[in-house]
Amino acid sequence: MENPKELKYTKEHEWVKVDGDTATVGITDYAQNALTDIVFIELPEIGKKVDKMKTVAVIESVKSVSDIYSPVSGEIIEVNETLNDDPAKVNKDPFGEGWIFKIKITNKDELNNLMPVDEYNKISKEE
Amino acid sequence: MPGQNDSAIQKTPLAEAHEKLKATMVDFAGWWMPVQYTSVIDEHITTRTKAGLFDICHMGEFIVKGSDALNFLQKLMVNDINKLSIGRVIYNLMCYENGAVVDDLMIYKLKENEFMVVGNACNVKKDSDWLNNHKENFNVEIEDISEKTSKLDLQGPKAEEIMKKLTDIDFPARFHFIETNFLGVKTIISWTGYTGEDGFEFYFNKEHTLKIWNSILQAGKEYGIKPIGLGARDTLRIEACYSLYDHEINDKITPIEAGLGWAVKLDKDFIGKEILKKQKEEGTERKLVAFEMQRGIARENYEAYIGEEKIGFVTSGTFSPTFKKSLGMALIKKEYAEEGNKINIKIRDKFYEATIVKRPFYKFNGGK
Repeated sequence: MENPKELKYTKEHEWVKVDGDTATVGITDYAQNALTDIVFIELPEIGKKVDKMKTVAVIESVKSVSDIYSPVSGEIIEVNETLNDDPAKVNKDPFGEGWIFKIKITNKDELNNLMPVDEYNKISKEE
Repeated sequence: MPGQNDSAIQKTPLAEAHEKLKATMVDFAGWWMPVQYTSVIDEHITTRTKAGLFDICHMGEFIVKGSDALNFLQKLMVNDINKLSIGRVIYNLMCYENGAVVDDLMIYKLKENEFMVVGNACNVKKDSDWLNNHKENFNVEIEDISEKTSKLDLQGPKAEEIMKKLTDIDFPARFHFIETNFLGVKTIISWTGYTGEDGFEFYFNKEHTLKIWNSILQAGKEYGIKPIGLGARDTLRIEACYSLYDHEINDKITPIEAGLGWAVKLDKDFIGKEILKKQKEEGTERKLVAFEMQRGIARENYEAYIGEEKIGFVTSGTFSPTFKKSLGMALIKKEYAEEGNKINIKIRDKFYEATIVKRPFYKFNGGK
């Protein structure tokens, strides 16, 4: 699966879609493929304030537990509750229906730390 | 990748074959082993519905022989092998004086005065020391054949049909074995397994490993056989509620606490008998229970609570591919260990409710 051009990325294999002061966050195809069999996602609470690169959600496959970091600081404004019933959506459609949470960005300068697709392609193909 | 640069890590004769299949490899008890090839769920369901082939070459095997071999093993093992006949295999445990477990093992009676003892990969050195340190005046020879012995497991409802394509031997019942020529190789074929399914375990000289592995995979193709990693091996045995060393049993847990009292025979003498007898007669403070959860996944060592009181810990937990829910086993205070009781499992500082249920989750699915 190609990494979409319009998204930004972290080295922790998260993608970020920026729309005004809102960022939608999920994990990349590379990440879902490495995890396989995602069976549980602990979503953050709406209204929770988070700092950049701090744990905000937890994703569990049959054999592993992985932290999801917030790529930017802000406040959680929406979570993908459909993942409670069907966490495998993250495997099937990581860049679409498998989005995980939306965050209201407090400091847009932090977006400069994120990678454009060309840079992320190098990482996701090397590992 | 973890472990890859560690020169001490051991490889089975199939390591290269696993890597060719793009398996995810991990360091397991000092061995470079496949945890999954495609997906734990897919491999698990394949074993439950078709057949799976497992590389278990990391396990430890010992030959114990001599005129005192029986008496020697009887002294070290909690289960009674006095009546074990040649061609039979039995589950057993070795315990410390305090009743906690050195290792759990399978004992094969090869001949009069000759046995094969199979233990866990993580315990090979400890088992070897324990056996050798208790030789005393017994007329017994102990040979560690782990290095030269390979072990493969073929498990699943199609296992027998696949074997019928490869050999014309008679198929006896579970917990029997034969020593035979299999695909031109001297092999012990054992009707045992660790999945809850019918199947076989094979022991043979390691130089033939790739040939036997490939022959079984080839013969099983039409039945949908797949190679299975240690990930699914674990979820399969958890559903069947089979103990795993360093989880349900270890050097701080006794067989009675772990629900293995059926294997502890008090009409003979063995190391640890005194305390195990007392525990069997009077009960234990802790008991192993099986539980299931609506939400969350309990992992090993997560704490169990009732209200504010910590009552024990999770020994194994997983998402169950067969039942599509979260389940596990926990060692908890006996007063709470009743079926139907609700307990709380602490997962990342939040409590998730679990219900104690009957063991096992998955009943042995074999015909005989």
